Amino acid sequence: MFCEKAMELIRELHRAPEGQLPAFNEDGLRQVLEEMKALYEQNQSDVNEAKSGGRSDLIPTIKFRHCSLLRNRRCTVAYLYDRLLRIRALRWEYGSILPNALRFHMSAEEMEWFNNYKRSLATYMRSLGGDEGLDITQDVKPPKSLYIEVCISF
Amino acid sequence: MSEAYFRVESGALGPEENFLSLDDILMSHEKLPVRTETALPRLGAFFLERSAGAETDNAVPQGLALLPRLECSGVIWLTAALTSQAQVIVTPQPPMWLGLQGSKLELPLWLAKGLFDNKRRILSVELPKIYQEGWRTVFSADANVVDLHKMGPHFYGFGSQLLHFDSPENADISQSLLQTFIGRFRRIMDSSQNAYNEDTSALVGRLDEMERGLFQTGQKGLNDFQCWEKGQASQITASNLVQNYKKRKFTDMED
Repeated sequence: MFCEKAMELIRELHRAPEGQLPAFNEDGLRQVLEEMKALYEQNQSDVNEAKSGGRSDLIPTIKFRHCSLLRNRRCTVAYLYDRLLRIRALRWEYGSILPNALRFHMSAEEMEWFNNYKRSLATYMRSLGGDEGLDITQDVKPPKSLYIEVCISF
Repeated sequence: MSEAYFRVESGALGPEENFLSLDDILMSHEKLPVRTETALPRLGAFFLERSAGAETDNAVPQGLALLPRLECSGVIWLTAALTSQAQVIVTPQPPMWLGLQGSKLELPLWLAKGLFDNKRRILSVELPKIYQEGWRTVFSADANVVDLHKMGPHFYGFGSQLLHFDSPENADISQSLLQTFIGRFRRIMDSSQNAYNEDTSALVGRLDEMERGLFQTGQKGLNDFQCWEKGQASQITASNLVQNYKKRKFTDMED
Protein backbone atom coordinates (compact mmCIF):
# COMPACT_ATOMS: atom_id res chain seq x y z
CA MET A 1 0.00 0.00 0.00
CA PHE A 2 1.27 3.44 -0.76
CA CYS A 3 2.14 6.16 1.72
CA GLU A 4 3.54 3.84 4.36
CA LYS A 5 6.76 5.81 4.65
CA ALA A 6 4.83 9.03 5.05
CA MET A 7 2.82 7.45 7.85
CA GLU A 8 6.04 6.45 9.56
CA LEU A 9 7.08 10.09 9.63
CA ILE A 10 3.79 11.10 11.17
CA ARG A 11 3.92 8.34 13.77
CA GLU A 12 7.47 9.31 14.72
CA LEU A 13 6.32 12.82 15.42
CA HIS A 14 3.18 11.72 17.21
CA ARG A 15 5.20 9.44 19.48
CA ALA A 16 7.54 12.18 20.70
CA PRO A 17 6.27 13.08 24.16
CA GLU A 18 4.42 16.38 24.39
CA GLY A 19 6.13 18.72 22.01
CA GLN A 20 9.69 17.44 21.93
CA LEU A 21 11.52 17.70 18.66
CA PRO A 22 12.86 14.42 17.27
CA ALA A 23 15.71 14.39 14.76
CA PHE A 24 14.86 15.50 11.26
CA ASN A 25 14.15 12.42 9.22
CA GLU A 26 15.79 13.47 6.00
CA ASP A 27 15.99 9.95 4.70
CA GLY A 28 12.31 9.28 5.25
CA LEU A 29 11.33 12.50 3.57
CA ARG A 30 13.48 11.70 0.58
CA GLN A 31 11.81 8.31 0.22
CA VAL A 32 8.37 9.86 0.33
CA LEU A 33 9.33 12.32 -2.38
CA GLU A 34 10.70 9.51 -4.51
CA GLU A 35 7.48 7.58 -4.13
CA MET A 36 5.57 10.67 -5.19
CA LYS A 37 7.78 11.05 -8.23
CA ALA A 38 7.23 7.43 -9.24
CA LEU A 39 3.46 7.73 -8.79
CA TYR A 40 3.37 10.92 -10.79
CA GLU A 41 5.31 9.45 -13.69
CA GLN A 42 3.12 6.37 -13.83
CA ASN A 43 0.05 8.55 -13.82
CA GLN A 44 1.47 10.70 -16.60
CA SER A 45 1.98 7.73 -18.84
CA ASP A 46 -1.40 6.24 -17.98
CA VAL A 47 -3.15 9.52 -18.68
CA ASN A 48 -1.53 9.69 -22.09
CA GLU A 49 -2.56 6.15 -22.78
CA ALA A 50 -6.09 6.80 -21.61
CA LYS A 51 -6.43 9.84 -23.81
CA SER A 52 -4.78 8.60 -26.98
CA GLY A 53 -5.39 4.88 -26.66
CA GLY A 54 -8.96 5.33 -25.45
CA ARG A 55 -8.41 3.21 -22.38
CA SER A 56 -10.91 4.76 -20.05
CA ASP A 57 -10.68 1.77 -17.73
CA LEU A 58 -7.40 3.20 -16.48
CA ILE A 59 -9.16 6.16 -14.95
CA PRO A 60 -9.89 4.53 -11.59
CA THR A 61 -6.22 3.56 -11.37
CA ILE A 62 -5.18 7.11 -12.13
CA LYS A 63 -7.54 8.36 -9.47
CA PHE A 64 -6.08 5.86 -7.03
CA ARG A 65 -2.55 7.08 -7.60
CA HIS A 66 -3.71 10.66 -7.43
CA CYS A 67 -5.23 10.03 -4.01
CA SER A 68 -1.93 8.55 -2.89
CA LEU A 69 -0.07 11.61 -4.15
CA LEU A 70 -2.42 13.90 -2.27
CA ARG A 71 -2.01 11.81 0.84
CA ASN A 72 1.77 11.90 0.63
CA ARG A 73 1.63 15.62 0.19
CA ARG A 74 -0.63 16.01 3.19
CA CYS A 75 1.66 13.91 5.37
CA THR A 76 4.82 15.77 4.38
CA VAL A 77 3.26 19.19 4.84
CA ALA A 78 1.78 18.23 8.21
CA TYR A 79 5.13 16.76 9.28
CA LEU A 80 7.06 19.89 8.39
CA TYR A 81 4.44 22.20 9.84
CA ASP A 82 4.23 20.38 13.14
CA ARG A 83 8.00 20.51 13.47
CA LEU A 84 7.89 24.25 12.94
CA LEU A 85 5.31 24.57 15.70
CA ARG A 86 7.63 22.69 18.01
CA ILE A 87 10.61 24.81 17.02
CA ARG A 88 8.61 27.95 17.64
CA ALA A 89 7.74 26.68 21.09
CA LEU A 90 11.46 26.22 21.72
CA ARG A 91 12.03 29.94 21.35
CA TRP A 92 9.41 30.69 23.95
CA GLU A 93 10.30 28.03 26.46
CA TYR A 94 14.00 27.63 26.02
CA GLY A 95 15.23 31.04 24.98
CA SER A 96 17.11 32.24 22.01
CA ILE A 97 20.18 30.04 22.31
CA LEU A 98 19.49 26.38 21.79
CA PRO A 99 21.69 23.56 23.06
CA ASN A 100 23.70 21.74 20.44
CA ALA A 101 21.75 18.55 20.92
CA LEU A 102 18.64 20.34 19.75
CA ARG A 103 20.34 22.07 16.91
CA PHE A 104 21.44 18.77 15.44
CA HIS A 105 17.82 17.69 15.35
CA MET A 106 16.90 20.49 12.99
CA SER A 107 17.50 20.68 9.29
CA ALA A 108 19.31 23.66 7.79
CA GLU A 109 16.05 25.19 6.59
CA GLU A 110 14.48 24.80 10.01
CA MET A 111 17.49 26.51 11.57
CA GLU A 112 17.08 29.36 9.13
CA TRP A 113 13.39 29.60 9.97
CA PHE A 114 14.25 29.67 13.66
CA ASN A 115 16.71 32.51 13.14
CA ASN A 116 14.19 34.48 11.14
CA TYR A 117 11.57 33.93 13.79
CA LYS A 118 13.96 35.02 16.51
CA ARG A 119 14.76 38.13 14.55
CA SER A 120 11.10 39.03 13.98
CA LEU A 121 10.32 38.48 17.63
CA ALA A 122 13.29 40.58 18.73
CA THR A 123 12.32 43.39 16.36
CA TYR A 124 8.82 43.35 17.72
CA MET A 125 9.95 43.31 21.32
CA ARG A 126 12.28 46.22 20.71
CA SER A 127 9.41 48.25 19.35
CA LEU A 128 7.46 47.98 22.58
CA GLY A 129 8.03 49.79 25.85
CA GLY A 130 9.95 52.89 24.79
CA ASP A 131 13.73 52.87 24.38
CA GLU A 132 14.65 49.57 25.87
CA GLY A 133 12.01 47.35 24.49
CA LEU A 134 10.10 44.74 26.46
CA ASP A 135 10.97 41.10 26.78
CA ILE A 136 7.61 39.45 26.46
CA THR A 137 8.97 35.96 26.74
CA GLN A 138 9.46 36.50 30.44
CA ASP A 139 6.54 36.56 32.84
CA VAL A 140 4.13 34.81 30.56
CA LYS A 141 1.64 34.23 33.33
CA PRO A 142 -0.49 36.97 34.88
CA PRO A 143 0.56 38.23 38.33
CA LYS A 144 -0.80 36.50 41.38
CA SER A 145 -1.64 39.56 43.39
CA LEU A 146 -4.17 42.19 42.48
CA TYR A 147 -2.02 45.21 43.39
CA ILE A 148 1.57 45.89 42.49
CA GLU A 149 3.99 48.42 43.84
CA VAL A 150 5.15 50.94 41.33
CA CYS A 151 8.29 52.99 41.66
CA ILE A 152 8.05 56.49 40.24
CA SER A 153 11.10 58.55 39.55
CA PHE A 154 10.82 62.31 39.11
CA MET B 1 7.21 22.73 26.19
CA SER B 2 3.63 21.73 26.37
CA GLU B 3 2.66 25.27 27.19
CA ALA B 4 4.13 26.94 24.15
CA TYR B 5 3.45 24.11 21.70
CA PHE B 6 0.01 24.48 20.15
CA ARG B 7 -0.52 21.54 17.89
CA VAL B 8 -3.19 21.49 15.22
CA GLU B 9 -6.35 20.09 16.76
CA SER B 10 -8.34 17.27 15.29
CA GLY B 11 -11.34 18.29 13.23
CA ALA B 12 -12.65 14.77 12.81
CA LEU B 13 -15.70 15.31 14.96
CA GLY B 14 -16.78 18.18 12.75
CA PRO B 15 -17.65 18.23 9.07
CA GLU B 16 -14.09 17.90 7.79
CA GLU B 17 -10.76 16.71 9.09
CA ASN B 18 -8.06 19.29 9.60
CA PHE B 19 -5.50 18.98 6.85
CA LEU B 20 -2.52 19.57 9.10
CA SER B 21 -3.68 17.68 12.16
CA LEU B 22 -1.49 14.68 13.01
CA ASP B 23 -4.38 13.09 14.90
CA ASP B 24 -6.62 13.30 11.86
CA ILE B 25 -3.94 11.81 9.65
CA LEU B 26 -3.57 8.88 12.00
CA MET B 27 -7.30 8.51 12.25
CA SER B 28 -7.86 8.46 8.51
CA HIS B 29 -5.26 5.73 8.13
CA GLU B 30 -7.58 3.20 9.71
CA LYS B 31 -9.15 0.73 7.36
CA LEU B 32 -12.73 0.05 6.45
CA PRO B 33 -14.29 -2.70 4.35
CA VAL B 34 -15.03 -1.76 0.79
CA ARG B 35 -16.41 -3.39 -2.33
CA THR B 36 -14.91 -2.58 -5.69
CA GLU B 37 -17.42 -1.80 -8.43
CA THR B 38 -14.90 -1.78 -11.22
CA ALA B 39 -11.53 -3.37 -11.84
CA LEU B 40 -8.41 -1.39 -11.13
CA PRO B 41 -5.79 -2.46 -13.62
CA ARG B 42 -2.07 -2.32 -12.98
CA LEU B 43 -2.38 -2.12 -9.24
CA GLY B 44 -2.42 -5.80 -8.39
CA ALA B 45 1.12 -5.82 -7.11
CA PHE B 46 0.25 -3.63 -4.19
CA PHE B 47 -2.54 -5.63 -2.73
CA LEU B 48 -0.74 -8.78 -1.78
CA GLU B 49 -2.10 -8.95 1.74
CA ARG B 50 -5.41 -7.69 0.53
CA SER B 51 -7.56 -7.99 3.52
CA ALA B 52 -6.30 -9.05 6.88
CA GLY B 53 -9.77 -9.29 8.31
CA ALA B 54 -12.38 -8.65 5.68
CA GLU B 55 -14.38 -11.51 4.31
CA THR B 56 -13.51 -12.43 0.78
CA ASP B 57 -16.01 -14.28 -1.36
CA ASN B 58 -14.72 -17.67 -2.19
CA ALA B 59 -14.85 -16.68 -5.82
CA VAL B 60 -12.21 -13.98 -5.57
CA PRO B 61 -8.97 -15.97 -5.27
CA GLN B 62 -10.13 -18.46 -7.83
CA GLY B 63 -11.23 -15.73 -10.17
CA LEU B 64 -7.87 -14.06 -9.96
CA ALA B 65 -5.99 -17.27 -10.53
CA LEU B 66 -8.04 -18.06 -13.62
CA LEU B 67 -7.57 -14.71 -15.30
CA PRO B 68 -5.23 -14.93 -18.26
CA ARG B 69 -2.07 -13.01 -17.60
CA LEU B 70 -2.98 -10.14 -19.89
CA GLU B 71 -1.02 -7.38 -18.29
CA CYS B 72 1.88 -9.63 -17.50
CA SER B 73 4.71 -7.54 -18.83
CA GLY B 74 3.07 -4.35 -17.56
CA VAL B 75 2.91 -5.54 -14.01
CA ILE B 76 6.39 -6.96 -13.99
CA TRP B 77 7.79 -3.72 -15.35
CA LEU B 78 5.81 -1.84 -12.77
CA THR B 79 7.08 -4.06 -10.04
CA ALA B 80 10.68 -3.67 -11.14
CA ALA B 81 10.41 0.07 -11.55
CA LEU B 82 8.90 0.51 -8.15
CA THR B 83 11.28 -1.90 -6.55
CA SER B 84 14.19 0.15 -7.71
CA GLN B 85 12.68 3.52 -6.98
CA ALA B 86 10.61 3.02 -3.91
CA GLN B 87 12.19 -0.11 -2.52
CA VAL B 88 8.96 -2.01 -2.29
CA ILE B 89 9.37 -5.65 -1.47
CA VAL B 90 7.13 -7.74 -3.66
CA THR B 91 6.52 -11.46 -3.44
CA PRO B 92 7.03 -13.44 -6.65
CA GLN B 93 3.45 -13.99 -7.81
CA PRO B 94 1.40 -10.80 -7.75
CA PRO B 95 -2.23 -10.99 -8.83
CA MET B 96 -2.74 -9.21 -12.10
CA TRP B 97 -5.84 -7.14 -11.73
CA LEU B 98 -6.95 -5.56 -8.58
CA GLY B 99 -10.38 -6.86 -7.97
CA LEU B 100 -12.90 -8.26 -10.26
CA GLN B 101 -16.08 -6.41 -9.80
CA GLY B 102 -17.43 -7.06 -6.38
CA SER B 103 -14.27 -8.11 -4.59
CA LYS B 104 -14.04 -7.08 -1.00
CA LEU B 105 -11.07 -5.20 0.34
CA GLU B 106 -10.00 -3.17 3.29
CA LEU B 107 -8.81 0.25 2.36
CA PRO B 108 -7.71 3.13 4.55
CA LEU B 109 -10.28 5.86 5.09
CA TRP B 110 -8.32 8.46 3.09
CA LEU B 111 -8.31 6.23 0.06
CA ALA B 112 -11.95 5.26 0.40
CA LYS B 113 -12.91 8.92 0.68
CA GLY B 114 -10.85 9.81 -2.36
CA LEU B 115 -12.26 7.09 -4.58
CA PHE B 116 -15.84 7.36 -3.41
CA ASP B 117 -18.41 9.32 -5.33
CA ASN B 118 -22.18 9.54 -5.25
CA LYS B 119 -22.72 7.21 -8.14
CA ARG B 120 -20.46 4.56 -6.60
CA ARG B 121 -18.57 4.05 -9.81
CA ILE B 122 -15.34 2.80 -8.34
CA LEU B 123 -16.25 1.44 -4.97
CA SER B 124 -19.03 1.16 -2.47
CA VAL B 125 -18.39 1.31 1.22
CA GLU B 126 -19.63 -1.06 3.87
CA LEU B 127 -19.86 -0.15 7.50
CA PRO B 128 -17.34 -1.70 9.85
CA LYS B 129 -18.89 -4.02 12.40
CA ILE B 130 -18.79 -1.69 15.35
CA TYR B 131 -20.97 0.85 13.59
CA GLN B 132 -23.55 -1.69 12.59
CA GLU B 133 -26.83 -2.68 14.17
CA GLY B 134 -25.46 -5.38 16.44
CA TRP B 135 -22.85 -3.27 18.17
CA ARG B 136 -25.14 -0.27 18.27
CA THR B 137 -27.47 -2.32 20.45
CA VAL B 138 -24.58 -3.22 22.72
CA PHE B 139 -23.68 0.44 23.07
CA SER B 140 -27.20 1.41 23.89
CA ALA B 141 -27.41 -1.29 26.52
CA ASP B 142 -24.30 -0.22 28.39
CA ALA B 143 -21.65 1.92 26.79
CA ASN B 144 -19.24 1.76 29.69
CA VAL B 145 -18.17 -1.83 29.40
CA VAL B 146 -16.88 -1.64 25.85
CA ASP B 147 -13.17 -1.44 25.20
CA LEU B 148 -13.17 1.35 22.67
CA HIS B 149 -9.43 1.32 22.32
CA LYS B 150 -9.55 -2.16 20.91
CA MET B 151 -12.43 -1.35 18.62
CA GLY B 152 -10.30 0.98 16.56
CA PRO B 153 -8.64 3.62 18.70
CA HIS B 154 -10.44 6.44 16.88
CA PHE B 155 -14.01 5.36 17.40
CA TYR B 156 -15.69 8.76 17.46
CA GLY B 157 -13.56 10.49 14.84
CA PHE B 158 -13.71 7.63 12.40
CA GLY B 159 -17.42 7.18 12.96
CA SER B 160 -18.06 10.85 12.32
CA GLN B 161 -16.10 10.76 9.08
CA LEU B 162 -17.95 7.61 8.01
CA LEU B 163 -21.06 9.70 7.71
CA HIS B 164 -19.60 11.10 4.49
CA PHE B 165 -20.39 7.87 2.71
CA ASP B 166 -24.13 8.44 2.66
CA SER B 167 -25.14 5.17 4.16
CA PRO B 168 -28.87 4.78 4.85
CA GLU B 169 -27.96 4.12 8.48
CA ASN B 170 -26.30 7.51 8.98
CA ALA B 171 -28.94 8.84 11.33
CA ASP B 172 -28.67 5.77 13.54
CA ILE B 173 -24.89 5.87 13.51
CA SER B 174 -24.73 9.48 14.57
CA GLN B 175 -27.26 8.89 17.31
CA SER B 176 -25.33 5.90 18.50
CA LEU B 177 -22.03 7.84 18.59
CA LEU B 178 -23.63 10.60 20.59
CA GLN B 179 -25.36 8.32 23.06
CA THR B 180 -22.24 6.22 23.55
CA PHE B 181 -20.27 9.30 24.42
CA ILE B 182 -22.95 10.55 26.79
CA GLY B 183 -22.96 7.18 28.49
CA ARG B 184 -19.21 7.11 28.99
CA PHE B 185 -18.52 10.72 29.72
CA ARG B 186 -19.43 10.72 33.37
CA ARG B 187 -16.99 8.02 34.24
CA ILE B 188 -14.17 9.69 32.34
CA MET B 189 -14.77 12.99 34.05
CA ASP B 190 -14.95 11.45 37.51
CA SER B 191 -11.87 9.33 37.09
CA SER B 192 -9.78 12.14 35.61
CA GLN B 193 -10.69 14.50 38.42
CA ASN B 194 -9.94 12.06 41.19
CA ALA B 195 -6.85 10.20 40.14
CA TYR B 196 -4.04 12.34 41.52
CA ASN B 197 -0.47 11.08 41.27
CA GLU B 198 -1.44 7.52 40.54
CA ASP B 199 -1.03 5.06 37.76
CA THR B 200 -3.93 5.70 35.43
CA SER B 201 -3.29 2.97 32.91
CA ALA B 202 -6.24 0.92 34.14
CA LEU B 203 -8.51 3.91 33.73
CA VAL B 204 -7.45 4.92 30.23
CA GLY B 205 -6.95 1.43 28.87
CA ARG B 206 -10.46 1.15 27.49
CA LEU B 207 -10.80 4.68 26.19
CA ASP B 208 -10.47 5.74 22.60
CA GLU B 209 -8.12 8.52 21.55
CA MET B 210 -10.59 11.37 21.87
CA GLU B 211 -11.58 10.23 25.35
CA ARG B 212 -7.94 9.94 26.31
CA GLY B 213 -7.41 13.53 25.25
CA LEU B 214 -10.30 14.53 27.49
CA PHE B 215 -8.86 12.50 30.34
CA GLN B 216 -5.50 14.20 29.98
CA THR B 217 -7.09 17.62 29.97
CA GLY B 218 -8.91 16.69 33.16
CA GLN B 219 -5.70 15.45 34.73
CA LYS B 220 -3.90 18.63 33.78
CA GLY B 221 -6.65 20.68 35.40
CA LEU B 222 -6.40 18.58 38.52
CA ASN B 223 -2.62 18.89 38.69
CA ASP B 224 -2.73 22.63 38.17
CA PHE B 225 -5.27 22.98 40.92
CA GLN B 226 -3.23 20.91 43.35
CA CYS B 227 -0.21 22.96 42.41
CA TRP B 228 -2.07 26.14 43.20
CA GLU B 229 -3.33 24.77 46.48
CA LYS B 230 0.20 24.00 47.57
CA GLY B 231 1.26 27.50 46.68
CA GLN B 232 3.57 26.32 43.95
CA ALA B 233 1.78 28.27 41.28
CA SER B 234 3.81 31.42 41.80
CA GLN B 235 7.13 29.67 42.22
CA ILE B 236 9.49 29.65 39.33
CA THR B 237 10.12 26.13 38.14
CA ALA B 238 12.09 24.90 35.17
CA SER B 239 9.82 24.19 32.25
CA ASN B 240 9.22 20.57 31.39
CA LEU B 241 11.06 20.93 28.16
CA VAL B 242 14.24 22.14 29.75
CA GLN B 243 14.13 19.35 32.25
CA ASN B 244 13.75 16.81 29.51
CA TYR B 245 16.78 17.90 27.59
CA LYS B 246 20.24 17.72 29.11
CA LYS B 247 21.35 20.89 30.80
CA ARG B 248 23.32 23.06 28.47
CA LYS B 249 26.89 23.68 29.48
CA PHE B 250 28.34 27.15 29.65
CA THR B 251 31.31 26.19 27.50
CA ASP B 252 29.05 25.06 24.68
CA MET B 253 27.20 28.30 24.30
CA GLU B 254 27.88 30.10 21.07
CA ASP B 255 26.49 33.37 19.81
